[in-house]
Amino acid sequence: MTTEFHAPDAIVDGVEIGEILDGQIPDGDPRTAWERRRLGYKLVNPANRRKFRVIVIGTGLAGAGAAAALGELGYDVHAFTYHDAPRRAHSVAAQGGINAARARKVDNDSVDRFVIDTVKGGDFRGREADAFRLGEESVRVIDHLAAIGAPFAREYGGQLATRSFGGVQVSRTYYTRGQTGQQLQIASAQALLRQVDAGTVTLRTRHEMLDLVVEDGRAQGVVVRNLLTGEISAHTAHAVVLATGGYGNVFYFSTLAKNSNASAAWRAVQRGALLASPSFIQFHPTALPVSSRWQSKTILMSESLRNDGRIWVPAKADDTRAPGDIPEDERDYYLERKYPAFGNLTPRDVASRNAHEQIQAGRGVGPLKNSVYLDFRDAIKRVGKKKIAERYGNLFEMYTHATGEDPYTEPMRIAPGAHFTMGGLWSDYDQMTSVPGLFVGGEAGWGYHGANRLGANSLLSACVDGWFTLPYSVPSYLAPLLGTSRLADDAPVVTEAVDRAEARVAKLLAIQGEHGPTYFHRELGDILYEGCGVVRTKESLTTAIEKIRALSARFWTELRVLGDDDRLNQELEKAGRVADYLELAELMCIDALDREESCGAHFRAEHEADGEALRDDNLWAFVSAWGVPGDGRFVRHAEPLNFDAVPLTRRNYK
Amino acid sequence: MRLTLEVWRQTDPADAGRFETHVVDDATPEMSVVELLDRLNESIVEDGREPVAFESDCREGICGACGVTVDDRPHGPQSNTPSCHQRLSSWKDGETVRIEPLRSGAYPVVRDLVVDRSALDRIVRAGGHVAIQAGTAPDADTTAVDHALAEMALDFAACIGCGACVAACPNGAAHLFVGSKLQHLASLPGGKEERGKRARAMIAEMEQDFGPCSSFGECADVCPAGIPLAAIAVVNRERMRVVLRGKNN
Repeated sequence: MTTEFHAPDAIVDGVEIGEILDGQIPDGDPRTAWERRRLGYKLVNPANRRKFRVIVIGTGLAGAGAAAALGELGYDVHAFTYHDAPRRAHSVAAQGGINAARARKVDNDSVDRFVIDTVKGGDFRGREADAFRLGEESVRVIDHLAAIGAPFAREYGGQLATRSFGGVQVSRTYYTRGQTGQQLQIASAQALLRQVDAGTVTLRTRHEMLDLVVEDGRAQGVVVRNLLTGEISAHTAHAVVLATGGYGNVFYFSTLAKNSNASAAWRAVQRGALLASPSFIQFHPTALPVSSRWQSKTILMSESLRNDGRIWVPAKADDTRAPGDIPEDERDYYLERKYPAFGNLTPRDVASRNAHEQIQAGRGVGPLKNSVYLDFRDAIKRVGKKKIAERYGNLFEMYTHATGEDPYTEPMRIAPGAHFTMGGLWSDYDQMTSVPGLFVGGEAGWGYHGANRLGANSLLSACVDGWFTLPYSVPSYLAPLLGTSRLADDAPVVTEAVDRAEARVAKLLAIQGEHGPTYFHRELGDILYEGCGVVRTKESLTTAIEKIRALSARFWTELRVLGDDDRLNQELEKAGRVADYLELAELMCIDALDREESCGAHFRAEHEADGEALRDDNLWAFVSAWGVPGDGRFVRHAEPLNFDAVPLTRRNYK
Repeated sequence: MRLTLEVWRQTDPADAGRFETHVVDDATPEMSVVELLDRLNESIVEDGREPVAFESDCREGICGACGVTVDDRPHGPQSNTPSCHQRLSSWKDGETVRIEPLRSGAYPVVRDLVVDRSALDRIVRAGGHVAIQAGTAPDADTTAVDHALAEMALDFAACIGCGACVAACPNGAAHLFVGSKLQHLASLPGGKEERGKRARAMIAEMEQDFGPCSSFGECADVCPAGIPLAAIAVVNRERMRVVLRGKNN
């Protein structure tokens, strides 16, 4: 960049302008940045590795990968998960596939094209150099995961099969039926257990992180709660990796697992880490609509369905005819009509926004008119039911389980649902947060996906971080610490952190109000869908912030958590998580209100042209990384974004 | 619809436990068994009592966390369906639903409907993996894997680790679980070198906590992933194979 960077003024109450952040991106050609950076990394002699303890929180794809790889290298790894088994982490639920820029076919794919798709798909709000690393390491990810047991789909010649995904015109998505995440997660969890068996990894299940220990400006440990006994204990280490997933559950109705939460990442923010782009939330266009009061989540149907399914609504509003009774010329295949080049495979933000628009205009279908059709009639006619069953069999079954309807004979109904968080803990190119020694991997981080993630890039980013980035960058941080011992378990800062965690648990139990945590969670979700959803406005966000503050005040006086803190108490777990959501939700809305532009999934109605997101690259070509000092201020730090390989353009999927 | 629930309550592993009766009168047929528990818990909390502890996470039938015994059957009345997908349409208005934990000697009850299934992970830890280190794998495209073989491996790899197979078995056997893993890994090129070693380690660990298999077949009927009953034969085949060959591969 030739011109000097200036962050725009803060116009939101409580927001202050912070520093300009350095992402530590290697100078020069981003295509070779990763190779040069790896050469620059410091090494630890194999005999010295066991002297370094590394804590890994979370055993999803990123956490299991990082823990297993660091264990294989010989480090003393301590892994924690709140699940009863590492295999259950929510990576397991990603269905459609994992992208890789292997470019074996002659459809003109390449690492460069992968980067163009990823950066453009993210609407130029991610880091270009990180996307190159993602593309480059994607090749090894497939080899490794196939070797350790992921049975990728194969062509009849025995080669790896691929399919297309939204936002892309080549076929680079590797898959295992509709259970890619499950197979990658199980393979990675097995690799982790192999290291547990070998003695390099100590695994503690049913432990939830409650606090981060920072001493001498470095992350040196964590405080965890044993969910079965309630015991709160501290564990110190030379470095800490957070691979704790995204925070989409803040919306209550989301595609995430019920226990996925933001507490570990939010606590890191309270201890000095920065949160990048918290308002960049992806609404998945192919979630199942909410249809009843007791429905507990919006079940996700894989985006891969859009390869063969055609999305449509009745052309006229309030059409109550059954889908089969609506003739062809009275259907509006709106994505195919508006975006002929990409059709049903437009990126998720575009697909979700268009569905939202159709539903708002009264053309939604289903009993609550809150969904659109995804129709396989033509695909079944074209390739046959057997082929469709082979491609999507378990997804169709899942749909039938959830709705009692048969998608082979009548179209599916889908609706946008809160899904993936592109935002997350800010880290530099080495995946290290602004707290030295605190690293981040997977969805808990931020760098690759900008303001909108492409389908099948999430499994990839988790695998690349865990298996092929952190095992290089964490040792480079550790190398100069050779000879330093771990922080003592009884150091004052450690006991303070334990006391703080215990006091918070006691405070939650002491309120004894009238509503359980789920009540507040639902209320919060309603506020966010209304105020900080698929489309946001200054007014909706301002209202949402007021409502969140009021709800938060009620939470701390009206919450009721029953039971004790010395045995399994799921209400207590939920209460702690909802308390953190309330704080995080406020920051999300502040970020969305502060960012006066539309980009990707962050669609501010005030900033649009022809219904498409209108970026403001003069003012907002940077990532907002928020510091929360805890005194009511929100400090917006900024990392300017430079694009050398992918010229800044307006996205066009027409 | 109105349903009477008999729910197992047990404060901790030492407690003897008992059934508690509740009535839910606003259930709907499309609700799942776990959503019924959500509904029940909301009213229990409103009444100022501790809710029923149960496990459930993805609610998409893939994480394997949910798993309760419903009317004496692991997961519930519908075959090959996890608890989170068992719909209340299986019951009629006015009927009684009995929910208790997965029952097996290998699964100590932690609290209410939550059990400890870590014995399954101990089997995986003993040998259910592939000893290939990050970065050392060969190009996955240079090793051709037959389409049908890859699909077959996936049929067995689909196991979600819920442990219902063990709870369904009168002997408390884990053969469906272990066989699925052995078959899955033996089918793929990456796992071949340790095939014998893996079988020896996993089967030895299995026999620590789980019973023998008498080919009843209840396991395959409740399995939410539809693991074929052939998996139980795989355990014996792999055991024979390693004994006869005496080799690690």
